[in-house]
This record gives sequence, C-alpha cells and structure tokens, in this order.
Amino acid sequence: MGQLKAGSRLRSAVCDTEVMVVAAPAAEVELSCGGAAMLEIAAARSGDGAPAPDAAEGTQLGKRYVNEAGDLEILCTKPGQGSLGVAGALLTVKEAKPLPASD
Amino acid sequence: MNLMMLLEMASQGFADRGAVQNGDQRLSYAELFSAAGGAAGIAREAGVEKLAVLDVSSLAVPVGLFGAAWSGKPFVPLNYRLTDAELESLASQIAPSLLVTSRDRVGSLSKLPDTQVMERDEFLERALGAETPTADWSMDPDEIAILLFTSGTTGAPKAAVLRHKHLVAYILGSVEFAGAAEEDAALVSVPPYHVAGMSAICSSVYAGRRIVQLPSFDPDEWLRLAREEGVSNAFVVPTMLSRIVDSIGEGAEAGLPGLRAVSYGGGKMPLPVIARAMRAFPDTNFTNAYGLTETSSTITVLGPEDHRVAAASDDEAVRRRLTSVGQALPTVEIEIRDENGAKLGPGERGEIYVRGEQVSGEYLGRGSSVLNDGFFPTRDAGSMDAEGYLFIEGRADDVIVRGGENMSPGEIEDVLLEHPAVADAGVVGVPDEEWGEAVAAAVVLKDGQDASSQDLQVWVRERLRSSRTPQRIEFRGELPYNETGKLLRRVLRTELAS
Repeated sequence: MGQLKAGSRLRSAVCDTEVMVVAAPAAEVELSCGGAAMLEIAAARSGDGAPAPDAAEGTQLGKRYVNEAGDLEILCTKPGQGSLGVAGALLTVKEAKPLPASD
Repeated sequence: MNLMMLLEMASQGFADRGAVQNGDQRLSYAELFSAAGGAAGIAREAGVEKLAVLDVSSLAVPVGLFGAAWSGKPFVPLNYRLTDAELESLASQIAPSLLVTSRDRVGSLSKLPDTQVMERDEFLERALGAETPTADWSMDPDEIAILLFTSGTTGAPKAAVLRHKHLVAYILGSVEFAGAAEEDAALVSVPPYHVAGMSAICSSVYAGRRIVQLPSFDPDEWLRLAREEGVSNAFVVPTMLSRIVDSIGEGAEAGLPGLRAVSYGGGKMPLPVIARAMRAFPDTNFTNAYGLTETSSTITVLGPEDHRVAAASDDEAVRRRLTSVGQALPTVEIEIRDENGAKLGPGERGEIYVRGEQVSGEYLGRGSSVLNDGFFPTRDAGSMDAEGYLFIEGRADDVIVRGGENMSPGEIEDVLLEHPAVADAGVVGVPDEEWGEAVAAAVVLKDGQDASSQDLQVWVRERLRSSRTPQRIEFRGELPYNETGKLLRRVLRTELAS
C-alpha cells in the first residue's frame, strides 16, 4: 500500500469497516483490517472474505486507533467486524482526554 | 477530509436523534444528512461558485453549511446587519453565488450582481424534498469549507478562508465522537456569521448534541428556551452573559440545574459578570474559550476546574487566572513573541502566536499570514504565566505608546474594573503633543455608585505606575460594543480624542 497520507480514506477488504487516516508516519505502512490489507476507498471488495479469527474484535464508529509507536492514528468512519492492525500487531483505541465543550 | 464526513458519521451513529431545531421545526440527523444532499443538488443546479446565507439562525444554516460541503462550494454566512450597499461589496467578492435569505430581503438583494437569491423556506422545502444524491463529496482537504467575513473592528471586511482540513482537524482534536448523552442539547444564540456559530454546528453534530437555535438573542427568551428545551450546553459572548445575569437579578439563582456547561468567549469577560454568573448558575460548569476566526474557533480553554480553583484560591497568581483564557488545546501550540519575532518568557508581554492544524491564517485573495515555522501572528497582545495560562490584553494594534513606553489598555482597564464603583471601562491612546499618545479612559459607573475622575486616577496610580494613569477620564452610560461583544476601540478613540 505504501505511504499513508493524512486525510486519505480506506476500506476493509473483508468487512464493512471504513477509516480515515488522521496521522501517519513517513515510512511505508501496510494497514490491515480483519487480517487483510486495506483497500483504497474507491476499490470494490470481493465480498467473499471474512476477518481472520485473531483480528475480529471489530471497529467502532468514531473511535480513533493508534499503533504502539503513536505515530499512526486512524479514525473509524464506518464500523465493521474486523480489527485494525499494522505489521502483525493490532491497533488500540486511543483514550481521549476529555475537553470541556467550548462552543 | 470533508465536513460531510462528520455529518455522515453522525447520521450513521444516531440517525433518529434530534440534530437541530428552531421553534417547531426539527430535523433528525438522518433528515439533516438527506437535506444536505438536497441542498448540494440545488447549489449544483444553480451553477454558482458559492452558497451564501444571509439570515438569522434557521435550519437553512446547517443545511446550507453541509450542503455546500457536499457540493464542493464554499459556504458563506453573511452578516444580516449590513446595509445593502455594504453587502454589494461583499457580494462582488463571492460572485457568482446562490444567496439564501429571509422573505423580507429577497427583493432588495435580488439587485446584487451575479447573485441568485432564494427565499429560506423555499430552499429548505426543496432541500428536504429532493432525492438524496450519492455520497460524492470531495475528500480533498484543501477545498474551502467556509468563507467568513471578519467582524472588522478595524478597516474593511475581509474573508477568512477556512478549509475542510482546518475545521475537521479542529473537531477531531477537540470533540469526542458521540460524546453527548442522548438528551443533551446545545443552545446556540450566536449568529451564523460568527465563527462560534459555525463551530457550534460542527461540534454539536460530531458530539451528537441536539442544537436548539435562538435566532435573535434576548436574555429572557434564552432563559425560557434553556428551561423548556432541557438545554445542557450553551455558548455566549460576554455581553449576552451580562444581560442574562442582569435579567436573573442580583443575588437570585437562575434555577437551571440541567444546564451543565456554559462556555463563553468572543471578547473580554468582565470579572464581576463571570463572578455573578457563577453565583446565579451554581450547578453550571463555566469554560472560557479563546480563539479567532482564522484559527477555526477555540485555541485555548479555561475549564470548569480552573474556574473553581481560581475563585477559591488565596494565592493572587492563581486567582488572577479567572481573568485568563486558560491553556492551549493539546493540539495547539502558543508562543508570545516580541516585535522582532523573538520568543518571550513567562509573564512577558508581546504578541500571541499560534500553530496547529486548525490554524488557517488566510484571507481570500490575500494569501496566508502563517510564517515559515508554521506559527500565525494573531495580532492579539498578551502574556503567558509559567503554567501556560494565557492572558489577553487587547489587539497588538491597541498598544498605547506614551513617551516611548508601551502599555496595554487591558492592564489599565482591569485595574479600573476592580474599583467598586466601576461597571465597565475602556482605555485607549489619544494623540498628545507632549507624549505622542496619552492614556484616556471612558468609564461606566454602577447604578447608585459614585466616583470622580480624580478618585479613579488615584486608584490607578496606587496600583500601576503614574505613566499608566489616565490623563483624561470621561463618564458614559455605556461603551460602544459590536454585536458580538467586542469593544470598538476605534470608535472610543475617535470620541475621546475630540
């Protein structure tokens, strides 16, 4: 997949998950969902795959997912059954620091 | 990135929840999404480049905002207080445009060149009745989402450019998706042409908080809506809060325990007003938000805990924080720099610079004012304490230079406002043959209180150095503010100079 760009959108190849890249490292990253490499948003998914059992905890709408290094941040814009991962490790939900509503 | 992504997520996450209401008119998130699609169709069919709204708050504002985003055209909320002549100059900057407005202005605005005028109810009816097109909005982060003509306390109005990337970065950085409870509601009383009116829509949609619009601010109407609609959150400018606490009456409580959070900004909040508001709304969390049009709204917040700690503290440095605008958002950096651009230390006064993904710093046709290092000079003057609490001291242009000494009007105003007889104070520099500029003040006394200009001069001299003591003090019934609560120093300067 190559280098991810902030603002770009991707879809899962094996479930309904759609995401937007919020922050990405300069290095090449292969983002996966349900254990399979994610597709460009415009690409069609074949429809016969399913999330791998070790990557099937699902994604939640509006949650942000980060890698351990903290340089990759992914926003879930449509939830699905697969889990997001990179280089074999699953991404974790970013804990939001609550800010007071300001407007 | 596109603002429509925020609304699409909300309509997926809570389709049937109330999104916005105005009187008896209501839209759910699914309906707002569908209407945005309809509005996009209207804008595309019109073949224009911008979608403008000149109106008080109505459902047409969020429908227009998201419809414009969907269609790839900038949304332009215009100030309905402007005269037709002033509007003609703005209209030429955004032509060709589709302009949505109220029935009574359709006739006169139809004369504007390259402007197609549509009445608000017709726009809404058509937007709601149309088939929802496919979700084909652009995800180009650099497309323009909103053009906002700045309030213009100085000079001719110019349009600040807010791109999708700025607004989406602001929302993702400051709002938790679906963070609002199902019953939460935000009372929006700022006009659509104010950046807070735009950010209130975006924040509420992403949080899943129902927007209750108050089209024309009135303190009693504000209190009534807050009570009847079960409002949990509200944003006000200082003059609004002042009128609300006046309406509640000295020593009385508002009786609105459901109002959990009130944020305020858009101008300097007088300490007596916020202190009275905290007594009138004992169950409410207050947040002071500071931001600019060019920064997609809020960049610093003084949160509820800061308010309580400062109000209860015996430490003067901590108490003083009640007059600060708080600390930078986690996604924003702030520096104070001198006139040569060198970074200043804690407590030192200079110009406020800000950096972050939400910062645009750009005006239509004039390019960006953001420096190579990513920082935007705000033209606001201020200082930051060792803990990062930011104190605003007016516009950098407002600095008074008296005999080579630079002084901030805000500092002198703060001292005047501490006088028990003073309700409001405005300080400006006026031309002076001996000193270049002299310090002049206009003061509003509290009802039933008395103080002479000599009393006030002694008061300031005892607390600041004598050079900062106003040479001239005039007493007024009120000071000149614009409708969003900014002191019009330009007007005051002209009046006090004569």
